[in-house]
Amino acid sequence: MKELMSGNEAVARGAFEADVKLASAYPGTPSTEILETIAAKYRSVYSQWSPNEKVAYEVGIGASLGGARAMVAMKHVGLNVAADPFMTHSYTGVGGGFVLVCADDPEMHSSQNEQDNRHYAKFAQVPLLEPSDSQEAKTMLLAAYEISEEFDTPVLLRLTTRISHAKGIVEINDPIKTEQTKFTKDAAKYVMIPAYARGRHKVVRERLKKLQEFAEQSPFNVIENNGSKIGIITGGIAYQYTKEVAPGLDYLKLGMSFPLPMKMIAEFVKSHDKAIVVEELEPFYEDQILAAGIKVEGKKFFGHRGEYSPYRVAQGLKKAGVLKEIAIAEVPPEEQMFPRPPVLCPGCPHRGVFMALKKLKVTVTGDIGCYTLGTLPPLKALDTCICMGASIGTAIGMERVDGSRKGAVAVIGDSTFMHSGITGLLDACYNKSNVTVAILDNRATAMTGGQEHPGTGRTLMGGEAGQVDIPTLCRALGVKRIREVDAYNYDQCIKTIKEEMAADEPSVVITSRPCVLMPKRIMDEPYVVDLEACNGCSACFRISCPAIAAAEETNEHGHPKAIIDESLCTGCTLCAQICPEECIVLKSQFVKA
Amino acid sequence: MSDNEYSILIVGVGGQGVLLASELISEVAIRAGLDVKKSEIHGMAQRGGVVSSHVRIGPRVFSPTIPYGQADVLISFEQAEGLRAVDWMKKDGVAIVSTTSLIPAIVTSTKDLTYPYDALERMKKKLANVIGVEADAIARELGNPRLVNTILLGVMSGYLPFDTESWNEAIKTKVKPKFVEINLTAFERGRQLAAQQVKT
Ligand SMILES: Cc1ncc(C[n+]2csc(CCOP(=O)(O)OP(=O)(O)O)c2C)c(N)n1
Repeated sequence: MKELMSGNEAVARGAFEADVKLASAYPGTPSTEILETIAAKYRSVYSQWSPNEKVAYEVGIGASLGGARAMVAMKHVGLNVAADPFMTHSYTGVGGGFVLVCADDPEMHSSQNEQDNRHYAKFAQVPLLEPSDSQEAKTMLLAAYEISEEFDTPVLLRLTTRISHAKGIVEINDPIKTEQTKFTKDAAKYVMIPAYARGRHKVVRERLKKLQEFAEQSPFNVIENNGSKIGIITGGIAYQYTKEVAPGLDYLKLGMSFPLPMKMIAEFVKSHDKAIVVEELEPFYEDQILAAGIKVEGKKFFGHRGEYSPYRVAQGLKKAGVLKEIAIAEVPPEEQMFPRPPVLCPGCPHRGVFMALKKLKVTVTGDIGCYTLGTLPPLKALDTCICMGASIGTAIGMERVDGSRKGAVAVIGDSTFMHSGITGLLDACYNKSNVTVAILDNRATAMTGGQEHPGTGRTLMGGEAGQVDIPTLCRALGVKRIREVDAYNYDQCIKTIKEEMAADEPSVVITSRPCVLMPKRIMDEPYVVDLEACNGCSACFRISCPAIAAAEETNEHGHPKAIIDESLCTGCTLCAQICPEECIVLKSQFVKA
Repeated sequence: MSDNEYSILIVGVGGQGVLLASELISEVAIRAGLDVKKSEIHGMAQRGGVVSSHVRIGPRVFSPTIPYGQADVLISFEQAEGLRAVDWMKKDGVAIVSTTSLIPAIVTSTKDLTYPYDALERMKKKLANVIGVEADAIARELGNPRLVNTILLGVMSGYLPFDTESWNEAIKTKVKPKFVEINLTAFERGRQLAAQQVKT
């Protein structure tokens, strides 16, 4: 049977077919749907969200050591968080097969950087598989479990956005049955004290040699002969783009790309006049091939940044003198247009806090989540954003070097606080910082689609869960000043943040309103603009609410008055609170008047 | 359009139903025994940003994204987004554009930004075949604003070589049972519009 599946759905299906017993993850675009699909469709696989990628990874290690096949999924930057267990897991090896599925985001469609995680495979000296479409994502995941068990190693299956989120036709197979073993004590293998770790590092090097031989024979490294003088070495999505624009060339397609099948590459290069490497992001193949003394070219034609496309590959091949004519258009889209950036939803509780912070003109160290959308004009409320959890540490540092010891306000979402904000706050208490931390508790991991987390009371599989109480947690860390505010109350937000900033100790301000989209859509009575009273001052435009638009009617200076789209307005009242003319009113009251 | 190879670009704004439209097209193509790939960006796009979905159909598809200048068909749920996507089109391709305008807050609150109310006219300068569809009005008339995507699909179906039967089957598999009937009606309305276009 065949089905149209995204790469993520294919990986989920693969986990089911491979008889994976446990899958753990922390959400992150473009990897999120892997676990969501498992939880929705393949209930025989136990699946869970962990508070962050490091814990998710460690849970996977435990399941594998317990003798079951385990899968861990995350976005590329998630592996930075999980790098600590990952690097040493290479030494201990596995029990049941262990696969780490990591999705990179070239072009940063939804990410803060575009690091190339193939380097992590080389860094940890574990095998790397790179699918180029959905079918391969499933096939390779199944093969990855065999490699993991045969070579006693974690395996990295590396996806990219255009693999994770592109759909293709996938052949569905029946699940296999695996034998689950028990954990066997073996301190020299599993307890990485220096004496034992030295021994294991040797094992890793020996394993790498065997993997090198294995890669030469891997069915995922294939030569396609079309009789051309030019040879293309490529892998992942770059293979598809190159085939699209130059189907008649010879190809060496790399699917198992660490360790590289260097003998195969050497022969392929020798049998062609010229060999060109086409790979998205870093010169991962190219540098290694050059280091092996084999002459290839690549990056200088195609570039290091952003995602590739048929267009970019065609341009590069033209530069390389390989393609004379480019079958596709010569120019990228040129139509000049206003930007349409993603924005905070109508009624988003983050908006009130940002309006307050903007009014107070303070420095705001930000974090990652929907609230990062408050960075763009007209709100322009965030001053820094590095990685998940960074807001608090950054504020502590700023506060410490600021002569007035006032520094910055840290703004962090609830899911991000659980992920990696708790230790930052602990630092603030321990080192007696004066920082003010605003925890925007909307009871959801909203940015990635509303996933459950330790504060929501439910699990990924839909069960009831343990639920952390944020104020109690903060108190236990040592915070004495904890204030709750209504994010829809503009004056209260301003007053509370101001008071807490003046305090001589760390303080936490927690907002109480839930996300308006998830888990339940919140729609209260909408507000309307009394157009006669509106003087076109545009104050309400500056809170960046998608429900507020320019009316056709203008004021005496030609500035548009405002109207509210009733189908979008959730009745949050924020615009009404800041309207100087008090001309934004509840719909029912306006009609009566 | 040659050898049963089609590249279809669907664009709109987060929340408009772009992804369902591309699911339906893919389903029809699979039923016809063709290879299909489709690609879109999730995540940030949900929050009122631009959403685009690329669908590619053919005997064997490589790239899941459409090369610039190679789209045969464009469906746009919003007129400015249609204009934004116009350079992805083949000159002889057909663009089906809902005449709706969604003006983002950034335009209302920024002095130098303007909204192109003449989007359709500008598209017509580049493409021979631009069809404006009052999809919002038709959907409202049918009693459900969410029908815009099926109406536009109905129009598009007039330009692809699949019969009404396969489209109806696809709608029945992908749409919730209680909305199937109304979606079939909406689809038919669109298909009739296409038939009229071809005649005149
Ligand atoms: C290490 C890492 N993991 C995952 C992500 C993806 N991601 C970005 S923000 C976010 C969660 C946001 O949730 P929350 O902090 O509750 O804010 P909200 O979006 O609800 O406002 C996630 C999972 C990331 N950027 N970095």
